[in-house]
Amino acid sequence: MKVRVLVRPKAGILDPQGEAVRSALPALGFGGVQTVHVGRLIELELESADEVDAMCRRLLSNPTIEEYEWEVLS
Amino acid sequence: MRIGVTVFPGSNCDRDALYAVERLGAEPVELWHADPDLKGVDAVIVPGGFSYGDYLRPGAIARFARVMGPLERFAEEGGPVIGVCNGFQVLTEAHLLPGALLRNTSMRFVCDRVRVRVETNATPWTAALAPGDELTLPVAHNEGNFFADPETLARLEDEERVVLRYLENPNGSANDIAGVCNEGRNVVGVMPHPERVSDPALGSDEGLRLLRSVLVGAGV
Repeated sequence: MKVRVLVRPKAGILDPQGEAVRSALPALGFGGVQTVHVGRLIELELESADEVDAMCRRLLSNPTIEEYEWEVLS
Repeated sequence: MRIGVTVFPGSNCDRDALYAVERLGAEPVELWHADPDLKGVDAVIVPGGFSYGDYLRPGAIARFARVMGPLERFAEEGGPVIGVCNGFQVLTEAHLLPGALLRNTSMRFVCDRVRVRVETNATPWTAALAPGDELTLPVAHNEGNFFADPETLARLEDEERVVLRYLENPNGSANDIAGVCNEGRNVVGVMPHPERVSDPALGSDEGLRLLRSVLVGAGV
């Protein structure tokens, strides 16, 4: 099965990467963007999704600064 | 005294750290990432660099290297451990130190010399210094912006676990924090590089003032 994990900075945590992207968009003529958050997309192919949550907590995300969600794709 | 220096793929300050240990008059011991034990060392330096290419997050992969098991036990038993720069990141990922190191607010890699103030000498790595002492140390990092939630930050301050503080904050770090220690005070993490200033030929040997502490601080 395929699982897609999305990791992003927790709400309220400074996201300098997102901020840099946000400030670059107007330079290209894209207006009206209030906030940008940059996260990480991880796709896994595995036998069972039983341990995906543990994988997210122990390695794929750092719970101190990031939150995650995941879904089974197929 | 024997001081170990861990070597992960992508560590790049390990030689500097081994040299600094030699300059202290202690015996440097290389600890390979796949080593099953710490070869009986009395203290450990986790050096800077880009362990495992900083893939995923700085320090995230190194944390699961084989040598980290014995290192975690050594730390839990009170053994003196210092993580420098990427080593600091590794120790936070391993939950041996609180908080995390975020991207610098400037979004730029900082490579500079900074002044820091010693905030506590109640750690094996600052025992030879006095609170209020100032040191000039090199910094070189992209993720040095120390972050902890407000409760953790308040606790670190209350328990005097901020070890070094920047006089001029180079990276946006909370409360100007350049280094912290764990609850047991034996594990320290610092972003500045004391091992890079270990010889007047390198411009300064001020880093030895800090590292020398472990010779007395470890009580060995």
